[in-house]
This record gives sequence, structure tokens and C-alpha cells, in this order.
Amino acid sequence: MSRLPSAFGSEPAFIPYLAVGDPDIPSSKQYVEALVEGGADCIELGLPFSEPIAEGPTIQKAVVRSLSGGITPDAYFEFVDDLDVDVPLVCMTYYNLIFRYGAESGTAAGEGDYAAPGPRPFVKRAAEVGIDGFVVPDLPAEEADDLREACDEFGLDLVFIVAPTTTDDRLETIREQVSGYVYVQARLGVTGAQADVSDQTAESLARIADWDVPKAVGFGISSGDHAARVVEAGADGIIVGSALVDIVADGVENDRPTAEVADALREKARELKEGALRSAKRSPETDGR
Amino acid sequence: MSSDSSADGKFGEYGGQYVPEALMPAIEELRDAYERYVLENEDGFVDEFRQRLGQFGGRPTPLQHAEHLSARYDREVYLKREDLVHGGAHKLNNALGQVLLAKYMGKERIVAETGAGQHGTATAMAAAHLDMPCEIYMGETDIQRQRPNVFRMRINGADLNPVTAGRGTLKEAISETMRDWATNVDDTHYVVGSVVGPAPFPEMVREFQSVISEEVRKQAKEQFGTLPDSVVACAGGGSNTMGAFAEFVDSEARSASGRSSGRSPREDDEDVSLLAVEAGGSSLAVDEEEGVAPNSASLSTGGQGVLHGARTKVLQDEWGQIVESHSVSAGLDYAGVGPELAYLVDEDRVSAVNVGDDAALEAFHRLSQEEGIIPALESSHALAYVEKVLGPERSAATGAADADAEVDDEAAELLGDRIVINLSGRGDKDLETVIEETDKRDIPNAPDMSEFAGGL
Repeated sequence: MSRLPSAFGSEPAFIPYLAVGDPDIPSSKQYVEALVEGGADCIELGLPFSEPIAEGPTIQKAVVRSLSGGITPDAYFEFVDDLDVDVPLVCMTYYNLIFRYGAESGTAAGEGDYAAPGPRPFVKRAAEVGIDGFVVPDLPAEEADDLREACDEFGLDLVFIVAPTTTDDRLETIREQVSGYVYVQARLGVTGAQADVSDQTAESLARIADWDVPKAVGFGISSGDHAARVVEAGADGIIVGSALVDIVADGVENDRPTAEVADALREKARELKEGALRSAKRSPETDGR
Repeated sequence: MSSDSSADGKFGEYGGQYVPEALMPAIEELRDAYERYVLENEDGFVDEFRQRLGQFGGRPTPLQHAEHLSARYDREVYLKREDLVHGGAHKLNNALGQVLLAKYMGKERIVAETGAGQHGTATAMAAAHLDMPCEIYMGETDIQRQRPNVFRMRINGADLNPVTAGRGTLKEAISETMRDWATNVDDTHYVVGSVVGPAPFPEMVREFQSVISEEVRKQAKEQFGTLPDSVVACAGGGSNTMGAFAEFVDSEARSASGRSSGRSPREDDEDVSLLAVEAGGSSLAVDEEEGVAPNSASLSTGGQGVLHGARTKVLQDEWGQIVESHSVSAGLDYAGVGPELAYLVDEDRVSAVNVGDDAALEAFHRLSQEEGIIPALESSHALAYVEKVLGPERSAATGAADADAEVDDEAAELLGDRIVINLSGRGDKDLETVIEETDKRDIPNAPDMSEFAGGL
């Protein structure tokens, strides 16, 4: 059963993202633990796919590091199973890995069996190891029926992304399918840390203000101040990926010890979490003005 | 106008729209524009497109009787001369259609991916012709091996963005172009280069390319009074393939959602065998451990998967990670294939066959010497398949009454007496590759170039 509702209590949720296995499994484990110590309320654990079409350069490079480190869906599930943290976990990956899990081979290989197993085996295994939900950036609501069905069967949540370009008609389609939280894409483009937060955020949040799922904003948040402004704009949570992956990348490039990188991640997590809380405490007053 | 109720863009279970949410509205806008302008000729779009294809593109292209190949195989062999389209390949049919459509849609900027550079050059030409700013994404590896096309694009005024991710070839270029589109979706149209990607691209690109089979149909009736027995085309992503096949596939089989341009089935459609020739590379095996396929034969060996916006057949490892494909022909070197082709192969309407690098190189030299036409390495695969089934070596071997010979007889039967080979492009762009690759192998019919080697 999904524990995602527990991430969104009275305080705004801080949801960091890391690619599992970047740059290797043992380091990844320490990094995730550091983020939880730093105040994470939920973690998006990336399962790298070879064609990450929604990702900017930072996460693309993380995907390459992780894949060359040998991460596979089974290694990923084992990682999650071994993880000893007490926050909900969301699996972020691309649809083909979900669609193909459990196949003996990727090709017809002469046997003529080219059919895909579909999403059920993947979701079943994810539920076993303690995953609470999914974000699948290349799966719009229109194509999600099979995955939604499997998620319902195993009691997991399916998070959808709402973009600045999403039309009102499509908002309704997404509203029918979404559970756990809705991922509000703060601006157009791909993932990546930005120097400032987009104005589109408040507008996007206003459009879905009456939805009964929590609203978490991602894409471009890289500082405590960003976090504060996003929460002020009405977000129930903030999602931060590239700004954290940058720290991992810096560790790899400069050959820093794992513990040192973990410290930097913990510190960054605290900054982001405090930013989110700072604004939350202030917001009643803001409302009053 | 067709409603959205059945507008799922699927071919059986293939196709669909597996793209980031931010792109969905652009795709809906494109579907609407496609239906209005392309299918319903609003504002005279189709008339203008056809007029420009004729005057700028040089259409119609001949259906040429190939005398020496006909004598060699003792069949009537015809070449559909897409190599004579402006730019040297069928690619302009689609690029011109999409750039013109972007103009009708009020878009202000064109982006496109390119592998071998053929689609990039066609898009750059069309964009210059129609006065649209144009940016092309091309993998770094491809930039190195396709210099002449890089220069052509720049000379036509397009900006070129090198893609360094992965192996730096077509699939990385597609991913990067999608990212650009996701960032600039408001004013930008993405000219997808083949019958791949999210709906409506596979259907729309096929519509623009179907001028090939429309002409073949008409020319065949004029020249020999009936339809050909078979149409043979190479298949990478599959745009020349679908273009050459479209008018021989009835519309019901084309799209399970019944949303095609609505041509009603003709009774003689099914009489024409359709053969999609894939690049067998150096071997049909896939090394799942290494993540490498030494071929690009997605229809023959791929498993169902989701790649670049569509469910189709893809070359992937046991986990679903996309593997690196290979072919001596850069234009066929892709790990996926158009969803409609995957569907038509499953429905047994199209036969998926393949030939390897060596056979394609031999066919390249054969056509150059015997018919005076230097074919693209892509098209050489279609030529090589006919040689494989009907060539003298095969005839000499039929003494043996084994199972292979029976299969070969069936294949020969399928090709029939009148064979149309789609000569999708000319081979000038491939000369350096051909000379280099021929040198590495024992290609019996290749000319000796050794005395000139130093000068190349």
C-alpha cells in the first residue's frame, strides 16, 4: 500500500531525486540516506533508461554514469529492498523498462516471441521491494491505462506531470488518472537547475488549486530561496533533481570521497527543506495582506 | 472532419503517443493541422504542396525499366527513380510537406534530426525554399562520416547542432531534437524524418511519401497495363518503404482506428507483394550483454517496445534498454522502425526480409556498372535482396532439394514477374564509405581503386 500521503503532512514536502547507481550502488545508498537525514519527506529514485528524452544534460550524464556502472532493473529493485530509510519512495523511469520487465530477451531472437510482458510484472516487483508510486515522463495519461490498472491492483500511486502547455481538456484527463501527488512542471523544457524560478509556476498551481491531490513543483529549483518562493506560490511540495545530481557529478569529476559528497548532499537538502518551511511559516501572514 | 473519438493514432497495438506531457498539446495541434490541411486540403494546402513538389522537387520521377537487371534475373525489373528527386533522395517529399505545413500553422522555426544527413539536407533545402529558420541536430559520429551533407546544410543556411551523447548517431539526435521541441514548443515545429515518433507523425509522413506509390501505380498501368507483382524497398525507419507501399495497402489494414486518408480498398491491392528489406549488418544476433546489435533489422529480430514516442519493434536488451544498431548504410542504422510497418508485418501484409553489409556493397557496384546509376547504400539493400533471391549464384545452387531451396522458391514466387525496386536515393554521399568498406572486404565485382587510394 502506498505511503505517499504520509509525505504531505502539515508541512510542505521536500522530494529530492537521484539516479540509482550514480556513480555506483554503495555510494548511491549513502547519498539517499544523507538526503533523508537532510529532511527529505519522499525520494524519487531514478531507474536510468538509455533514451531519457525529458532530461537535460545534468541528468543525462547521471544516466550514463549509472548505466556504465551496470545498473539493471533487478539491481535497482535489490537496492530499494536493501534501503533502510523511513520515507515513501517513488520510482521514476521511462515506460519501456516497465513494459519489458520479465521478458527473457529483448528480441525475437528467431523464436518469434517478440511480445512484451506489459507493466504488471514490474509493478508487482516494485510493490514487493517497497516502492510507493511511479513517475513516468514519457507516459501521458492517454497511454497509461495498463500501468494505472497494475498500480491499482498492487495499491501503488501513479504520479502525472502537468506542464505549462497542458490544456484544460487534458487537465481533466490527468485529474482522473493521477494519484499520490501531481508533478507540476515549473517551466517548459527539460530538467535542469536554473538561476531563477519561473513565473509560470503560480499560474500552473492556480489552475489545479481545487484538485484534492497534493501539488509538488519541479524543474529548475536549485536553492532554498527558490523553494521558499514555490511554496509561497501555493505548492504542497518541491521536487529537486539536477541541483543534487550536480553535487554527485562534482564528486565524480573531482574524485571526492563518498562521505564528503554525502555531507554536501545533506547540507543542500537542509537548505532546500528550510527554504520550503520558511515560506510555509510566513504564508498565513502573506495571505492576510 | 473526423472527431477525436477514435483518434488514438494506433496501428493495431503499435503507435500511440509516448511523449512528455509538455509536448502533448503540440501534438494535438499538429494532428488538427494535419487533418485540416493535409487530409482536407484546407486553404489549398495539398495543391500548393503538389505544385512545389513538381516545380521545386522535380516530380514525378520515372519508373524506369532496368534492362540489364531484367536480363540478369529473367524478370521485368523496374526502378522507381527517387534518386532523381531534388536533393538526391525521397526525403524531400516529407521535408517539403512538413515545412510547408509548419508555415500554414504559423510556426516560426524548424528543428529536425538527421542521421546520414539526407533528411537534414532535405529539411534545410525546404526551409530555405520556404524562408523558415532551421536548426538541425546531428550526432557527432555522423557529422564525421557525412561531411558533404554537413556542408550542404550549412550552405543552405541551416544551423547545425552537434549531439555528443551516447554513440553520437541518429537515436541520440532524435532525443535531442525532442528536447529542443519540448523547450520551444510554442513557435517551433519538429520535422520528423521518417514514419516514426508519436502520432500523427507516422501517418502524416506516410501521407507525404505516398506520392511514390501513387506514381508507381499510375506509371505501371501506363507502361505495362497492370500492377507490378511486387514492390521491394529498403527499411530503416521506413519512410521510403511506406511511401512505396502505401497505395497498395487498403486503408482498413493501414490503421486500426480507421483514421487514414480514407482511400477505399481496391480489389487488386492484395495482388502486389510488398517486401521490406532491412539491414542485416554483419550478423542478425544481438549481444545483449554488450548492448550492441550488429544489424538494424528491427522488423526481423526486434521485440515490442516503446521508443521515441511510439510502441513498435525495437532492438533492445533483455531489460528494455535500447541497444546500438549497426549498418554500413547510415540511413538504415536505427534501433526502431515505423509502427505501421511493424503492424503490417504482423498482419502478414508486408514481408520483412534482410541482407547484410557485403551483399549491399556488391549490389551498389552492380547497379553502378550495369545500369549506370550509383545507388544510395540504403537502396542497395533492396537491390541486394532481389539478387539474393534471383541472382545467378542462387540459381546455380537450386540443384540441392533441401528446405532452403524451397524457401528460396517461395521468395522467388513472391517477387513475381514484374518487380518494382524503390531506388530511394543516389549514392554520391556514400562514395567515401563505399571505397573504405569495399577495401576491407572481398567484394568480387568492385573496381580496383588501389592506385588512387592515396589521393582520396
